[in-house]
Amino acid sequence: MTNDQATKMGFWERNRLSGGYLLRSRIGNVLFKICRAILLFGLCFLILQPLLNKLSISLMEERDLYDSTVISIPRHLTLNNYSVVNELMSYWQSTLRTFLMCTVISLFQVASCTLAGYGFARFKFPFKSFWFFCVMLVIVVPPQTILAPLYLNFRFFDILGIFRLTTGAPLNLIEHGLAGILILSITGMGLKSGLYIFMLRQYFRGVPPELDEAALVDGCGRLRTFVSIMLPDAMPMITSCFLFSFVWMWTDSLYTSLFLRGYNVLSSVLGSLAERLMEYYMRIYTTAAPIGYTQMIIATGMLISLLPLILLYLFAQRAFVESLSQTGIKM
Amino acid sequence: MKKEKEKYRLTLADKNAITGYFFILPFIIGFISFMFFPMVQSIMMAFSEVKIDLDNHRFSMTFNYLANFKRAFLEDRDFNRIFIEEMGRMFVIVIPVIIFSFFVALILNQKFRGRGIARALFFLPIILSSGIMVGLETSNSLLSGMSTLIQESNDLRSSVTGVLQNILMTDEESAVNDFMTYIFLMVDQVYTIAMSSGIQIVIFLSGLQTISPSMFEAAYIEGATKWESFWKITFPMVSSLILVNVVYSVVDYCVRTDNAVMVKIRDSLMQSMEYGFSMSMAWIYFVAVMALLGIASLIISKRVYYYDE
Repeated sequence: MTNDQATKMGFWERNRLSGGYLLRSRIGNVLFKICRAILLFGLCFLILQPLLNKLSISLMEERDLYDSTVISIPRHLTLNNYSVVNELMSYWQSTLRTFLMCTVISLFQVASCTLAGYGFARFKFPFKSFWFFCVMLVIVVPPQTILAPLYLNFRFFDILGIFRLTTGAPLNLIEHGLAGILILSITGMGLKSGLYIFMLRQYFRGVPPELDEAALVDGCGRLRTFVSIMLPDAMPMITSCFLFSFVWMWTDSLYTSLFLRGYNVLSSVLGSLAERLMEYYMRIYTTAAPIGYTQMIIATGMLISLLPLILLYLFAQRAFVESLSQTGIKM
Repeated sequence: MKKEKEKYRLTLADKNAITGYFFILPFIIGFISFMFFPMVQSIMMAFSEVKIDLDNHRFSMTFNYLANFKRAFLEDRDFNRIFIEEMGRMFVIVIPVIIFSFFVALILNQKFRGRGIARALFFLPIILSSGIMVGLETSNSLLSGMSTLIQESNDLRSSVTGVLQNILMTDEESAVNDFMTYIFLMVDQVYTIAMSSGIQIVIFLSGLQTISPSMFEAAYIEGATKWESFWKITFPMVSSLILVNVVYSVVDYCVRTDNAVMVKIRDSLMQSMEYGFSMSMAWIYFVAVMALLGIASLIISKRVYYYDE
């Protein structure tokens, strides 16, 4: 029997010839696909549900919360919550400030991590494995463990006693806006820096070394090799690291509460939203804000602080993940 | 003269070494000044009482032996409780996260319609469950109030898991019973698990994509079923990533903002300014977690298969 004849035969004919195997495998396949679709739908819903829930709550009026017939579709549609949150958080201002802060910090962080990652991937130098062990240590040690000394060191910041000698007192970097966190980012000790160093090193190790050697033979210096050959190639990976750093910095509360006190970025404003609402309520109604309403406002606040990130994710989803999955992370 | 000059010329290896150090110099400076010294200081703080002297712009430490540790273990009202609880909860989160992310990576690696959307959704937790969002989510008393209300109104008999729990759990104490309790704890945590396995899915997915399809083809021609080729090819090939993921999940769990131990450390640091006490708690927790991680990675690394070797 030739291939041509086989394709002309009907499904049942072929099934008969295979002894029922074709039908069984077809049914198995379809069942598997249905199960997979149900499972995926369920899991996707599980992930999206809190977002949708917040969206529906944020559009409700307060009385809808206590109305047991209202579950997810608000009866009294209103945008009131948004305007209240906008006022309490001074949303546009905080967002702009957060955006600038995250961009600057992530740029510095990615720059230092790229340098370190390239250095670890390409050059042989004494104590290399020791320094790489230090990178691992940076990944593993939670920042909370060194929080107190870090805080105190930045509270009384000094480089080998120079400031104490010249100005009589060490600098107080805690009150100086971005300074403390910038120093950390430039020196590769920012939020999750170890992870980015590791990722970038993994990437640079995958680039064939013949590329460097060819450049060297042609008389290209090491710095220039890095700037004009390696960097353009690594752009997707660097973008990916930048995006991660940006997103995690946006929602971070540890470093912002430590170094950016009184510098109202979104995460700190969001953290104190309940207190702000309480004050606002006290001023206007001279009573405490009801718990349900507070939660409603917090849900709205979370939603609009996440909104820029979700938009970013929608447009740059590929950059987020695809380049990361290309590195082939191994230990 | 000329000969001497040649004698002191740098070799290629030397130049490489110098350039290498030049590249990692920022990291070295950062590590020494913002990691190594703070770590030493924080160990010292854990064993001493810290006083802040604002007039002289400095802080001082007085060595007080194990007083901070004694206070954490013997005097403090909740440290022991939350410490044990968080260690337990780590197991309930980390192990399911590994299994769940492996499973999801397997599904997302298949070809089907809408894969792009599904992938985008599964990676969304990378954004949604970071930083302050986690803490606010769990402290959202409206949601938790609702869930307790639901639990009260329909007791164990009316929900699917409740019925299953009633059937499967016997009243007497047994190993099976403990195991079942663990399983049900995991089922209850499914949302937390899904939310904290974003990066882990990416890591497993990257491992799955590096397996060459010709292996599966060869196995298929030799007559292996899908089940067999899963256990003989897929699982060993990504097993090295299990270790990576365990480390990542544990570390990630430690720094979560809703981790009660971390909340306590931060509160006693920022609000009551007890630097020594909070650092001693941080070290207790860190050492305990590292010990667990060490044991786990020893066990796992013995069973892991490395393709390159």
